[in-house]
Amino acid sequence: MGEYYNPEIETASREEIDKIQLERLQKQVKHVYENVELYRKRMDDLGVKPEDIKTLDDLRKLPFTSKQDLRDTYPYGMFAVPMSQVVRLHASSGTTGKQIVVGYTEEDLDIWRTCCARQLVAVGATREDKVHVSYGYGLFTGGLGLHGGSQKLGCTTIPVSAGNTARQLTIMQDFGSTILGSTPSYAMYLGESAEKAGIDTSKLPLRVGIFGAEPWTEEMRQKIEKSLNIKAYDIYGLTEICGPGVAYECTEQNGMHVNEDHFIIEIIDPETGESVPDGQKGEIVFSSITKQAFPLLRFRTKDIGVITHEKCACGRTFVRMSKPLGRVDDMLIVRGVNLFPSQIEAVLLKKGQSPNYQIVVDRQGTLDSIEVRIEMSEDIFSDTTSDITRMEKSLENEFKSALGIKPKVRLVSPNTIPRSEGKAVRVVDKRHVYGG
Amino acid sequence: MIKQISIFASNEPGQIVKVTNVLSEQNIDIRAMCVADTQDFGIIRLIVSDTKKAKEALKSNNCVVSTTEVLGIKIPDRPGSTKKALELLADNNINLDYMYAFITVSKEYAYVVMRVQDAPAAEKILAENGIELISQQDMETL
Repeated sequence: MGEYYNPEIETASREEIDKIQLERLQKQVKHVYENVELYRKRMDDLGVKPEDIKTLDDLRKLPFTSKQDLRDTYPYGMFAVPMSQVVRLHASSGTTGKQIVVGYTEEDLDIWRTCCARQLVAVGATREDKVHVSYGYGLFTGGLGLHGGSQKLGCTTIPVSAGNTARQLTIMQDFGSTILGSTPSYAMYLGESAEKAGIDTSKLPLRVGIFGAEPWTEEMRQKIEKSLNIKAYDIYGLTEICGPGVAYECTEQNGMHVNEDHFIIEIIDPETGESVPDGQKGEIVFSSITKQAFPLLRFRTKDIGVITHEKCACGRTFVRMSKPLGRVDDMLIVRGVNLFPSQIEAVLLKKGQSPNYQIVVDRQGTLDSIEVRIEMSEDIFSDTTSDITRMEKSLENEFKSALGIKPKVRLVSPNTIPRSEGKAVRVVDKRHVYGG
Repeated sequence: MIKQISIFASNEPGQIVKVTNVLSEQNIDIRAMCVADTQDFGIIRLIVSDTKKAKEALKSNNCVVSTTEVLGIKIPDRPGSTKKALELLADNNINLDYMYAFITVSKEYAYVVMRVQDAPAAEKILAENGIELISQQDMETL
């Protein structure tokens, strides 16, 4: 049993949590029905009125929201308050060419800060801590999200942002950072860089890390814990719902507690849309029940996960979710950038190449590498190496502008890209980021 | 001009073995061979006794093959011969893409295969300066 930021709600009984959730859900459904055209139309089409939400199970009567809906209503179609009440915007990376934008009222921001403060306290933070935020600051929610929680809790907040590793290490030593927030791959990189620089991490005051924004494994956790000599914790969030802090790990390191007074989690069968019981894998779906500016009902995350209502040894009663165990779609996250194989295909077609390709993602040391393999054909074969190398470079640049990251293009012999049942195996992910 | 076949080879063991296997099965003789390599891939360049047959056999074995016309010269197997030929090209501002040389059982002559950017001009200059050009037929019957 440790400390809690909001002990009353974090350890409330299931009945109390359900009661709060129902009240807030009812209010939220009314709010979106009145203020968001898309929801009003969808609910009308389904013949559901806000008054029909009488129990928590009635949530299932409500329509789902997809990422596509957010793109279709871009930029402000899903906003439920006048812009005069919106005090902050954040946006997704938009690597597919279609970013989405989300908004917050001052109250929304405060709830978000609270969620992140709970995370910090759950891993042992106090006002005495110095929180070193290495998530990127800007439209990305990572930096400002954890920053807000840290400041709300009263920690000394160090807004380092991402990049410039040597400086990060200097700050860590000189300022005496005790808690690090970053992506797990960056934490791995920091650990390696510290070793290379001859820094004895066991002598640093750093003791805790809060890592999220990309999938990572238990093996990575162990490596980070060893190299930085810290305890490493998982934080879950997504821009559409609020950013980091939707769910947070406690010192038990056994699943992430969902901030249930603000978000309702469901696990559904991605094919049928039906709920699946605790312990069964399915698509993670979130409803935000307090968010005013950008409230979403039943947002399909495309992340696959499992939940459990079993009591946690930390004393918190909030439902726990697993790390994401995979994706419903074929999205890859490489160096923090989301990408789909279809984007690779589009570039190849545009450049008049055969769309017979394979994407190989690997992690060399701590950095993700991505290679696009294309089968050599007579159409593109040239007798001089410089012609072929030039073509590879030109494709690499084309990918860079379309995807936001530059893969290595490698030409391989014909018929060497494995095909199964006539269909090529498009993605080989050697990182095993989802474990297994 | 002589015909050279070029074969794409990804950078992994066994690629050249595969090519030579196909040729040996078809009883095709390799007259000259050169491998251009980069970090990721190579190009195997061959002059063979039967270009057409070699090309077909390699293609049916999943190789990416192309045929290129290259210049072949026959020079005395003596110090300074190659230099002379190359100087002629350089002096006339003809750029060389690549070249390779080989000798045969005859100790008298050596052969140089080259790809240049202006083949007709190169042929003319070399011939005018007494350098013997070799034909496809010469190569096949070497």
